[in-house]
Amino acid sequence: MSRTLKILRHGPLMTIQDGGRYGFRAFGVSTSGAIDRASHAIANALVGNDFEAAAIEFALAGGAIEADEDVMIAVTGGACRIEIDGQPVAPWESHILRKGQNLEIGALRGAVWGYLAISGGITTTPVLGSRSTHLRTGLGGLDGRKLAAGDVLPLGKPGDLELLALGLPYFRRPEPITVVPGPQDDYFDRETWATFTTGPFEVTASRDRMAMVLDGPPLTADKGHDIISDATVVGSIQVPGSGKPIVLSADGQTTGGYPKIATVASVDLARLAQMPSGQHFRFKAISADAAEELFIHDQKRLADALNSLCRPGDRRFWG
Amino acid sequence: MSNPPEISYPRIIRAGDRAVTVEFSNTIDETSNRLVLALDASLSTEPPAGLLETVPTYRSLTVIYDPQVVRGSVMATELMQRAALKGAADMGGRIFEFPIVYGGEHAADLDDLARKKELSVEDIIRLHLGAEYRVYMIGFSPGFAYLGGLPEILHTPRLAVPRQRIEAGAVGIGGKQSSINSLPGPSGWRFIGRTPAKLFDAKRDVPFLLVAGDRIRFRRIEADQAADLDQRAAKGDVIVREIAP
Repeated sequence: MSRTLKILRHGPLMTIQDGGRYGFRAFGVSTSGAIDRASHAIANALVGNDFEAAAIEFALAGGAIEADEDVMIAVTGGACRIEIDGQPVAPWESHILRKGQNLEIGALRGAVWGYLAISGGITTTPVLGSRSTHLRTGLGGLDGRKLAAGDVLPLGKPGDLELLALGLPYFRRPEPITVVPGPQDDYFDRETWATFTTGPFEVTASRDRMAMVLDGPPLTADKGHDIISDATVVGSIQVPGSGKPIVLSADGQTTGGYPKIATVASVDLARLAQMPSGQHFRFKAISADAAEELFIHDQKRLADALNSLCRPGDRRFWG
Repeated sequence: MSNPPEISYPRIIRAGDRAVTVEFSNTIDETSNRLVLALDASLSTEPPAGLLETVPTYRSLTVIYDPQVVRGSVMATELMQRAALKGAADMGGRIFEFPIVYGGEHAADLDDLARKKELSVEDIIRLHLGAEYRVYMIGFSPGFAYLGGLPEILHTPRLAVPRQRIEAGAVGIGGKQSSINSLPGPSGWRFIGRTPAKLFDAKRDVPFLLVAGDRIRFRRIEADQAADLDQRAAKGDVIVREIAP
């Protein structure tokens, strides 16, 4: 029998996600993959996996799991209570989970999307080049669905059980959410644009892996709320007739017929997605060129953090 | 408010820091769509550095790139230069014959459509069968095909309240467009028939049957023939036939 992981108790939304499904947006296939790419990559790095290996993403709260062989695990995404056979352990570090031990992951505090990486990675069969789950179309993951208690997941061959921690921190900027205007910013007059960049907007509970619906001052497109359907991207901010913006996320549809007032800068996609429901924030517009600079810089910082793995000391960057 | 300046096409619009869109027009027409597909073909033949994915739609092409390799402004210049060549390549596409069953449980709107148009059901079927359809784009969900070419008399607005579940293979009408559903799901289109062909099957060697630019003709079959074809399709047979122009 090969190595497996068993879900003993599941959180509200647990799915298998890897680095994403690329090359099929022209065929209507969403990219999927981890909502918070950096946290997912760090979890994998901490257990010695490829950064894009398949791991478990959980929304709001984890659950309980066990493995039928000794493995390394790491939980990232936000702060939460983690226990191995009742003993508390820290997030953002790796730990050894012995065969048959019970790993309990509680509710995230101040974050929405958490990641559990297991050494060797989850090795369900890839679909269109990826193990990521796309729930709406039932692609990837475990039969294209959410994980549930009783599910048994195959694991790849782990490396050495050598505990790791990040030697360099990876922090996020506590500023307004940066956006690049367009592609249909010309559907909105100057006054509406001023409203958009003044806000404030609130993250509502209408959210999932496809999109987040925001509340705030209503936005009216003076050229109308229908366009000839064109391509969307992760981070597209659609404005339907209700005037309430919808931010497309990793599982968002590939085309759409609503005007898109702006696009969330890549560097801030995860920060927005990790905001708990009810949180208020503002948008700040920057040029595409400036957003590219931020992204390039951020990717360098992440790469530095991922390459800084060391034995865990007593330094704690993550509270 | 002052009048905005006339927009001249093609033009570049920005879709964030990892995508640029070339827009060829603001209408749904074959000429614009051919320009989109010609630019897409050019990028596929000679991909510029940093290009990751392209998404062709009715009248625009979105190019997703890696800003760590190429900056958006450089990509935009490259795209405009290629777009100016006007894509002499003829994107004739392939022609496929799709079997279709009219009526039955997956054609909830056929009778109603006939009443609305004051035509017989057979007239509706004849009109629908008589046309050749062009795939303008694939999108919304995996393999979902937006078709142009619906005879004007069959143009009908979508339902005010979408239905919760429409099966894969259902052939529908939404305004001026026609569609073939690729996966089960909610839809506000009006459905008149069903094809046993699966536009998308991840387990098949060819997961997606159609690309933008392809053409479709329908061949009428009866329910018992459809049952046989359903079985073949379930085993991974594409069942549609490519026919000579």
